[in-house]
Amino acid sequence: MVAPRCGPVVVVDVVSVSIQQEGLDDGPDFLSEEDRGPRAVNVDLQTDATLQVDISDALSERDKVKFTVHTKSTLPNFKQNEFSVVRQHEEFIWLHDSFVENEDYAGYIIPPAPPRPDFDASREKLQKLGEGEGSMTKEEFTKMKQELEAEYLAIFKKTVAMHEVFLCRVAAHPVLKKDLNFHVFLEYNQDLSVRGKNKKEKLEDFFKNVVKSADGVLVAGVKDVDDFFEHEKTFLLEYHNRVKDASLKSDKMIRSHKNAADDINRISSSLYTLGTQDSTDVCKFFLKVSELLEKTRKIEARVAADEDLKLADLLKYYLRESQAAKDLLYRRGRALVDYENANKALDKARSKNKDVLQAETGQQLCCHKFEKISESAKQELVDFKTRRVAAFRKNLVELAELELKHAKGHLQLLQSCLGILKGDT
Amino acid sequence: VCVWGQAEPLNSNGQNSLLEEEEEEEEEGEDLFTGSLSVPLVLSLSRSLSLSLSLSLSLFPSATEEVSLDSPERDVLLSDGPSPVTPPASLISPHLPHNHLYTHCSFDEMEEEDTPDLFDISILVSDPEKVGEGMNAYMAYKVTTQTSMSLFKSPQATVRRRFSDFLGLHGKLATRYLHVGYLVPPAPEKSIVGMTKVKVGKDDSSSNEFVEKRRAALERYLMRTAKHPVLLKDPDLLTFLECSELPRALSTQALSGAGILRMVNKAADAVNKMTIKMTESDTWFEEKQQKFENLDIQLRKLHCSLDSLVCHRKELSVNTALFAKSAAMLGNSEDHTALSRALSQLAEVEEKVEQLHQDQAGADFYLLAELLADYIRLIGSVKGVFDQRVRLWQRLQDSLLLLQKKRDAEAKLHANKPEKLQQARDDIRELEGKVQQGERDFEQISKTIRKELFRFEKERVTDFKEVIIKYLESLVQTQQQLIKYWEAFLPEAKAIS
Repeated sequence: MVAPRCGPVVVVDVVSVSIQQEGLDDGPDFLSEEDRGPRAVNVDLQTDATLQVDISDALSERDKVKFTVHTKSTLPNFKQNEFSVVRQHEEFIWLHDSFVENEDYAGYIIPPAPPRPDFDASREKLQKLGEGEGSMTKEEFTKMKQELEAEYLAIFKKTVAMHEVFLCRVAAHPVLKKDLNFHVFLEYNQDLSVRGKNKKEKLEDFFKNVVKSADGVLVAGVKDVDDFFEHEKTFLLEYHNRVKDASLKSDKMIRSHKNAADDINRISSSLYTLGTQDSTDVCKFFLKVSELLEKTRKIEARVAADEDLKLADLLKYYLRESQAAKDLLYRRGRALVDYENANKALDKARSKNKDVLQAETGQQLCCHKFEKISESAKQELVDFKTRRVAAFRKNLVELAELELKHAKGHLQLLQSCLGILKGDT
Repeated sequence: VCVWGQAEPLNSNGQNSLLEEEEEEEEEGEDLFTGSLSVPLVLSLSRSLSLSLSLSLSLFPSATEEVSLDSPERDVLLSDGPSPVTPPASLISPHLPHNHLYTHCSFDEMEEEDTPDLFDISILVSDPEKVGEGMNAYMAYKVTTQTSMSLFKSPQATVRRRFSDFLGLHGKLATRYLHVGYLVPPAPEKSIVGMTKVKVGKDDSSSNEFVEKRRAALERYLMRTAKHPVLLKDPDLLTFLECSELPRALSTQALSGAGILRMVNKAADAVNKMTIKMTESDTWFEEKQQKFENLDIQLRKLHCSLDSLVCHRKELSVNTALFAKSAAMLGNSEDHTALSRALSQLAEVEEKVEQLHQDQAGADFYLLAELLADYIRLIGSVKGVFDQRVRLWQRLQDSLLLLQKKRDAEAKLHANKPEKLQQARDDIRELEGKVQQGERDFEQISKTIRKELFRFEKERVTDFKEVIIKYLESLVQTQQQLIKYWEAFLPEAKAIS
């Protein structure tokens, strides 16, 4: 393990491979083009000077990732104006769950929890490469190793971005940013002693989810008086499913793209060998084309990576956000049902003239809760739409620009190579 | 089967322009072609199952027949010599119409004279059409030859041929020329699965692809064969390209490209494995053989990677199409109008990109992969030709050994049994003749192989250069299209407010 440095340097220690960012300069440099500010990969946020949060560093160990959360704040409740703590994924999840379980936040879209860092696939590949070292040439091995390391780095950068976005969303939310747990998360520089859920708790969660989805269906069936919410309900349901589908398909497409790029790599190596073996005129052709394909592959890999960042990640994020929005609607729906039940109970109590006060207070509580949720939900959903449109716009524009940039670069390479080759014949 | 012919009597120049390859050895005049000596021109199936072919066959038509081939090197055939002996009809290959004069010109001749006819021929294979129904159905292809060469009866010829016709042609060319060292291009492979689908009438993209693949392969095969200066003049090739009716080639099972080589190599291989390795007196051959081994390995590897690329690009194309549909659905359900429109546009772009990937995969395949496959098979022919040379050397050694034995035996007989001497002497003379022939054959095949390889390398260089350039151009086009599509999309994305 190498000590972290300042700036968003990523140091990885995996199996027996240690990489440093400098060494990968010839590999695809994924996020170098993006602003270093809040790495708002998917979300367009107004940064508020009173509270700025980012992940300044990260360290990947064998089975966990340690994020250094850096906060800058002018708020009085913090002891210092600038400080950093080290957090792990489980602590993010704890924070997220605490929001979800907090009744007061029922009327807000809870920013979706970041996905668990998953390096298993990449680690497996690196391991397989290590095992197969004997069966390929030195150049091939180094090339593949570089690629896999670049892939590992990319996944790493992504997971850092995901965690950071979560924190930024919380910090930007007018209510959530004041949450006590959040402040503890940011400031408490000891381990939060949050353990991952054990089996019993996971089982409990599972049952809770089952009940929730069943309930969700019931609640969703209740027709809402308010047109706005009724529309949102139908919209979100359909949208969520379609985003899920689009996310899956985009993943598949990008994977095929990567596979094709790998093939080009192999072809380039073969052509190189052919070129060095050949003694005729055509050897020059082989060598030139081999070189060209080497560069082409890098471009293709970058295209796939950019598509992954701008398109696939965007879709995945909005998959999670739309789920969070659905959850909000569910909570509101639940509150509505409770309110209606309370009304019925009140009527019944009044007719029987028994426990009227109790029923009245109960009804008032439900009414209050429901109205509070409805009010904030409306705002949240409108914000959600604005955020969504802005994020899609940003990413689609960036996607198109990157595709164009790469295609033009690719074209130039091809044309110059063709010029040289044609000039020779 | 033996075909015999009458030797061309020497014309006034004291030169015999027919049997040039033998001319170099026979310059002094003592040759086989004086008077009415008949030349043993043998196309025979010898006991050891190896087909050997001595060169230069000339047949004379009856004197009144017109000569249809009128390029200068053939003028010598029309002579005032003694009336030709009509060869026994049964010995003439049934495919050759009697009024065709043809000469097997050796390679030497081609190089020594200025070829009056520039190589100008284009052969197209097109319009595959299914003929018949059920399991007896077959595909008939239109073969169009356009040329200004005088070899041909007319500047344009169109005939219909089926796959077994091609195999039949290849079979004849292979049996006639492979064994003296000419690189006969291999015919496309048979494919039971592919053909059965077509026969059964499955009209889907995979059987269409199969037919297209075969059509392209047949076209390349014919062009490659025609580019060979010796093979171009072969009467069977000319008949194939020009005659509207062709007798059905039978037992094409054995006559497919691989089949021929297998048949030829099979028996000899078994023997060769036991015999001594050839003492190569010519390092050139050793070098070349090694080079071709290496080339073979590399080409196969490259072909494998290319296949994988084609497969993945097709996969990419499919997945892009799926994504496009999904994006369109997403666009439909999006309630912000500008974003909805942008997403639909994205879907359209991806659809077009899908088609691009599909086309690119096609180019990958038809340009590069098939070229590599052709060359891998051609290298098979090269190896076959090298092996044949080794075999000839082997036979020469065997004859030499036998000769030595007989000579020793004769010496003994001389002492003991004078009456058997004459017989022994006759045998020895015969063997000496055989040895000389063997030496000549070996020399000839070595020379032929050298020339063939020289031509092969030249052709290989041109072929590869051409294909690589075409392929790069296809890549250029793909990128240009990509740029167009994304440039059209960008303003739409920016228009989201």
